[in-house]
Amino acid sequence: MSAAADLGTVSATRVLDVRDLTVAIEAHGRRLQPVSGVSLHISAGETLGLVGESGSGKSMTGAAIMGMLPPGGTITGGSVTLGGRDLRSLSETDYRQVRGNDIAMVFQDSLTSLNPTRTIGYQIAEPVRIHRGASRKEAWERAAEVLSLVGIPRPAERLGDYPHQLSGGMRQRVMIAMALACEPKVIIADEPTTALDVTMQAQVLTLLDGLKERLGMAMILITHDMGVIAGRADRVNVMYAGRIAEAADTEDLFAAMRHPYTHDLLASIPLLDQDRSARLYSISGLPPDLSERSAGCPYASRCRRVSDACTALAPELIEHMPGHAFACWHPMPPQSSPVLVARRQANDSRHEETVEDATPPRLAVSGLVKEYDVRRGWFGASARLSAVAGVSFEIAPGQTYGLVGESGCGKSTLGRTIIGLERPTAGEIRLDGLDLEPLKGGEGRRRRRPIQMMFQDPYASLDPRLRVAAIIREPLRLAGDADRSAQDARVRDLLDAVGLPTSVLERLPHELSGGQRQRVGLARALAVHPSVLVADEPVSALDVSVRSQVLNLMKDLQADLGLTSLVISHDLAVVKYLADRIGVMYLGKLVEEGAGEDIYQAAAHPYTAGLIAAIPEPVPDVERAKPAAAVTGELPSAIDPPSGCRFRTRCPLADDICAVREPELIDLGAGHKVACHFPLRVG
Amino acid sequence: MSAGADSGQVVGAAEVLAGRRRVELLRRLRTGSPFGGTIGLVGVVLALAIVAVCFLGPLIYSTNQVDVDPLKAFLPPSGEHPLGTDSQGFDVLGRLMEGGRASLQIGVFAALVATVIGTLYGATAGLAGGIVDAVMMRFVDVMMSVPFLFVVLIVSTKFNSSAWSLSLILGLFSWLIPARLVRAEVLSLKTRDYVLAARSMGASGPSLVFRHLIPNSLGVVVVNITFQVADAILAVATLGFLGFGLSYPHTDWGGQLSAGVNYLLSGYWWLIYPVGLCLVAVVLAFNLIGEALRDTLDRRRTL
Repeated sequence: MSAAADLGTVSATRVLDVRDLTVAIEAHGRRLQPVSGVSLHISAGETLGLVGESGSGKSMTGAAIMGMLPPGGTITGGSVTLGGRDLRSLSETDYRQVRGNDIAMVFQDSLTSLNPTRTIGYQIAEPVRIHRGASRKEAWERAAEVLSLVGIPRPAERLGDYPHQLSGGMRQRVMIAMALACEPKVIIADEPTTALDVTMQAQVLTLLDGLKERLGMAMILITHDMGVIAGRADRVNVMYAGRIAEAADTEDLFAAMRHPYTHDLLASIPLLDQDRSARLYSISGLPPDLSERSAGCPYASRCRRVSDACTALAPELIEHMPGHAFACWHPMPPQSSPVLVARRQANDSRHEETVEDATPPRLAVSGLVKEYDVRRGWFGASARLSAVAGVSFEIAPGQTYGLVGESGCGKSTLGRTIIGLERPTAGEIRLDGLDLEPLKGGEGRRRRRPIQMMFQDPYASLDPRLRVAAIIREPLRLAGDADRSAQDARVRDLLDAVGLPTSVLERLPHELSGGQRQRVGLARALAVHPSVLVADEPVSALDVSVRSQVLNLMKDLQADLGLTSLVISHDLAVVKYLADRIGVMYLGKLVEEGAGEDIYQAAAHPYTAGLIAAIPEPVPDVERAKPAAAVTGELPSAIDPPSGCRFRTRCPLADDICAVREPELIDLGAGHKVACHFPLRVG
Repeated sequence: MSAGADSGQVVGAAEVLAGRRRVELLRRLRTGSPFGGTIGLVGVVLALAIVAVCFLGPLIYSTNQVDVDPLKAFLPPSGEHPLGTDSQGFDVLGRLMEGGRASLQIGVFAALVATVIGTLYGATAGLAGGIVDAVMMRFVDVMMSVPFLFVVLIVSTKFNSSAWSLSLILGLFSWLIPARLVRAEVLSLKTRDYVLAARSMGASGPSLVFRHLIPNSLGVVVVNITFQVADAILAVATLGFLGFGLSYPHTDWGGQLSAGVNYLLSGYWWLIYPVGLCLVAVVLAFNLIGEALRDTLDRRRTL
């Protein structure tokens, strides 16, 4: 890229300057180029958002700056300058002086990034002892200091804890504390909140933001989530296939985006205030294979505005307006984000619940309880873990019911109990009026056949040794009510229905992309003409552009086949896009239930309101206006859940009665139900 | 996504697929880790050479291994008898082939018996879980603590030792290790989503075991078979050496070794070295193959 790509006015405070960075990786005889000519810079006190899908080169850029490329990876071109010092010329010994001292990194997965055999105090003190030559005692004091900085109460007592004694949110705070210990000039946060729940994510992002301001650091925030970027970054670089597609100030980018990829990416995100009847935009095809270098624009094969020029020559990243650069031959006219447009249209589209008729429900769950015995230690007394505590709901034929909640709320356990993988401790599951629970053995298996499941992880849910044809045929074979040729014909029909070519029939799962695998999973679930489909986090393992393809497909099939579905997800926007009715779960309880618009626009339970507020939306103004953290604190243990209302420990409205009496699920009218003593909305 | 291929080609493609899978496995063996690749190849070549000599050798080099001829006893290697003759006047090279055939047959058959029993037992225990699993595995623990050679000695004196009975006895006492391995593998496999998916589709226990659990733990099993073969050949040699091996006119390498040891001080080296080297070579060959298989399968798992 040319020097023209250099953005913004040159300032003396520029801390990190990366120019034309190119990274190559040689592995298994293949040469990949995950980063191609990336230029970026950052000044003190600034947050630069690096956003892209998996494989876009965003994490590799961060690793290259840290000098920590994976084996076989080398920087083949460009420069990395930190405070006037060329980092590429440093020896490994000198680089070690920079790492953790001048540049520090916050990793995604705090469980694997912390050493389980060392106390957190030792791990936070380690960089201080290495870089500052501090004594054991000084380093320990410094560790306590930074630990209090990241908002951990009674830090001195926590220093002796081991990582497994802390919750996910706490561990992420410890990771941040480690990065801060030597007061680095630049902090690289690589997907710092991806492994966390939304309420925890909001807390950690707010913390990072505040620390950056107070300590005057520069921060590179690497993420796939446009919502996170919108609220936290000053400037945004959108990456695609190892290149920067568009770079601009955050407001500028969202208000006047030019690159088609940026536009398509935003258009394919399901939004909370999405009009359910409108289909999501979906980008066709897959990201390019990084081993093949083509002369043209990497996005050309998926772009709507493609022309001959695009396939002939890759456009350079040029600053067309002050502070706004993009690499495109046919930029879109400056337009505001499709999100903003959708938002405007969706206003006052709140529709009243219409279907409250007398048709008997297809699936009825009543008073479902699932408890597990857990033993503490080797000989410890066993305790009861209450995963699902008395949940009741009904799904009318042809309707889609969405269950949302954070991890640990029991939503997946509920799904597994419904399809018969777990036996309920108490309660009933009725399919078309027939109680499934007392049925065992072959009879139970046959009666449960109309309920099929679509699994979350497309990599784990397909047997790696079976070909696609055998995978999809399996439920037919188990049902055993068709001969082989009829089964083959059905498999072909299913492939067609989920939009896969017949050429995948003889492939193994690892030869397919994530989106293709999830389509195979859907085809398998539909094979025996189920009347109820349970989808547990159907798209959360997929990239944004592929996610919208699968969501649209699911929605079409639901309508075409008249399926009754239960969609389980942590992502309220996904659930709202697919579901007619939504149930919100918290710690094993259903706390609120109603139509999607009712839940979103008139949440009655404080938890639902907090959850909605914590979801980052790709709209800068909305994000910045949000209060610091809507739901504070941590999820209590399900082994010893709080008395009365289970949410009371984190609820801003909690009163004495909440600890004593458990609120009933009451109807506010039009099927909107809430279990709260102090609902935010009455009637 | 490439454009759809002709659907007709899929139907009759079963044989093609089987062939492709075999080619894939061979390719993996060859292109394993830079070291493991060559090591595996050495093992395969060595094993094939020994099998060829033992089973095809007699067709080219036929000798009388039935009639005793005291006049020809203890002849040193010469043109007529490349490896000399033994105390009974049998040609040593011919006897080596005869004994090798028996040793290999017993080794492979014993390994197969052990693997089949162990895999089924382990998969059942792992899938059943709970009390069934606990009881089944404690039984394995008990069997493990029985001195196996001792029992084999007693049993083999009770029954007439033939190649079949010997391999059956060995197999019945060496399924414990594969049972443990497969159980451990099944314990982790049965929580995978694709096994849950099959269960949610209404798959019964046996269907899960044969369709998902055993095929996916086959890597461990295949690697273990090669080590089992090596172990069984050594066990046969031990039995033969102690005089509990095959009886006349059959022979095995252990028996030959023990016969040779009697004349250790007489300078009849050709009774000891050839058979000893063969034993070392065949055990080494199977261990190398096992090692290479393990490398390639592990690597595939991490990919």
